[in-house]
Amino acid sequence: MNINLISLIAAIFIGAVSGYLGSLMLTKRMALVGDALGHVALPGMGLALLLGINVSLAAFVFLFLGIIIIWFLENKTSLPTETLVGVIFVLSLALGFLITPEPELLEALFGDISRINLGEGLAAIILSAVVLVGVSKIYSKVVLASISEDLAIANKINIKKYNLIYLLAIAVIVALGVRIVGSLLVGALVIVPAAASRMASANMRQYTFLSALLGALSCVLGILLFGIIGLPAGPLIILISVLFFLILFLFKKKIV
Amino acid sequence: MKEENILEVKNLTVSFNGEKVIDNLSFNLKPAENLVIIGPNGAGKTVLLKALLGMLEFEGEIKWRKDIKIGYVPQKILPEKNIPLSVEEFFGFKKITLEQIKRVVQSVGISDLAILKKKISDISSGQLQRILIAWSLIDNPEILLFDEPTSGIDIGGEETVYNLLNKIDKERGLSMVLVSHDLNVVYKMADSVLCLNKKAVCFGAPEQAISPENLKRLYGEEVKFYHHEH
Repeated sequence: MNINLISLIAAIFIGAVSGYLGSLMLTKRMALVGDALGHVALPGMGLALLLGINVSLAAFVFLFLGIIIIWFLENKTSLPTETLVGVIFVLSLALGFLITPEPELLEALFGDISRINLGEGLAAIILSAVVLVGVSKIYSKVVLASISEDLAIANKINIKKYNLIYLLAIAVIVALGVRIVGSLLVGALVIVPAAASRMASANMRQYTFLSALLGALSCVLGILLFGIIGLPAGPLIILISVLFFLILFLFKKKIV
Repeated sequence: MKEENILEVKNLTVSFNGEKVIDNLSFNLKPAENLVIIGPNGAGKTVLLKALLGMLEFEGEIKWRKDIKIGYVPQKILPEKNIPLSVEEFFGFKKITLEQIKRVVQSVGISDLAILKKKISDISSGQLQRILIAWSLIDNPEILLFDEPTSGIDIGGEETVYNLLNKIDKERGLSMVLVSHDLNVVYKMADSVLCLNKKAVCFGAPEQAISPENLKRLYGEEVKFYHHEH
């Protein structure tokens, strides 16, 4: 199997940072946006594959547009965010499906780690690290805003600004993650490790650490399994993260 | 702005979708003075508090004394349950040492410091109220704004929260603005009272402002006038 070391390391970084960002999706609204964003990347990926340009870059452009559209519509209409996200989500999926060349469709939907070259791998590692550092600086402010907007505003925290920074960080990590697990499953890479960790954590410190750890572990184990049995790495990674979720769920039931 | 006032509100009007929720309200607050805002549900009490904190758009004037430090205690936090945030981490949102956290938690009547390791979603509503009060006190505010300090707490707990507010008031000599629907709060805490039902139905010292006629105008005919002696 052609997994090189650099793509494995890149996957560990992306997995860890996905988990870390996922731990900030504290509200239902945010988790929904995170899940839908992967699909928003699909038309961009399709275009990139069609034109032979960088997939992550094109995905990021579409993710950025998706975020701006959702933000814009949210302020202009009285429709709930869930509805808006739902509409953008199916629109992207339909467009992406039509645009993406058929031979590459599976890669776009479920990822293909073997297609990541050295330069892309290095870029992914650096970008993940930048996102990690950037988000760690706004982390506590986003948490405060999600437990009480009133308290955040009273403490002069610009909620809109930090939410936007956070969403942009998500867009970067999703654009990187689609290469590994594909646009259909990248939302799971953000949400599942955090959801699993939430059940097992007594405080934020444990929660963020465990989320990042499970994200990274899912990627490593998924890719190793891919190396052994040859099934696609993307779905294997997500299955392993769900396995962690189930283990912690059952463990929690036992101790409560 | 007059020297002796820390807050001046003039012709304050707040509207949502063209409907006036607060209509042409004016009042002042002096240092160390406690103002209790009473009124029925939907009278605009919380809206007024949010306007004072600069969270809402409004017409008219809200003038705070320059550089005043304002503390705010919301009615509740945590829209979603089970967020793994410990009490200690909640205090960590402000720049504060563990020693300072312990001191401020004890100052609101919590002696068992094991609470710091508990999840904030796991503590009782009475404890949460104390924690929120402690949180607001960290920056040594000159004025505290409370939204319905009694809501969600049983009678026993409610009694002690007011004792606590009295204690804080005496120790720190700060001003308080308390929103409440409970008339007893007025007699325990207020230097002045604002009866709010979109407009100011009454404003002034409790003895003068709280008259049976004013209460009828505030709550309608049904409410009985009562005054607990303690």
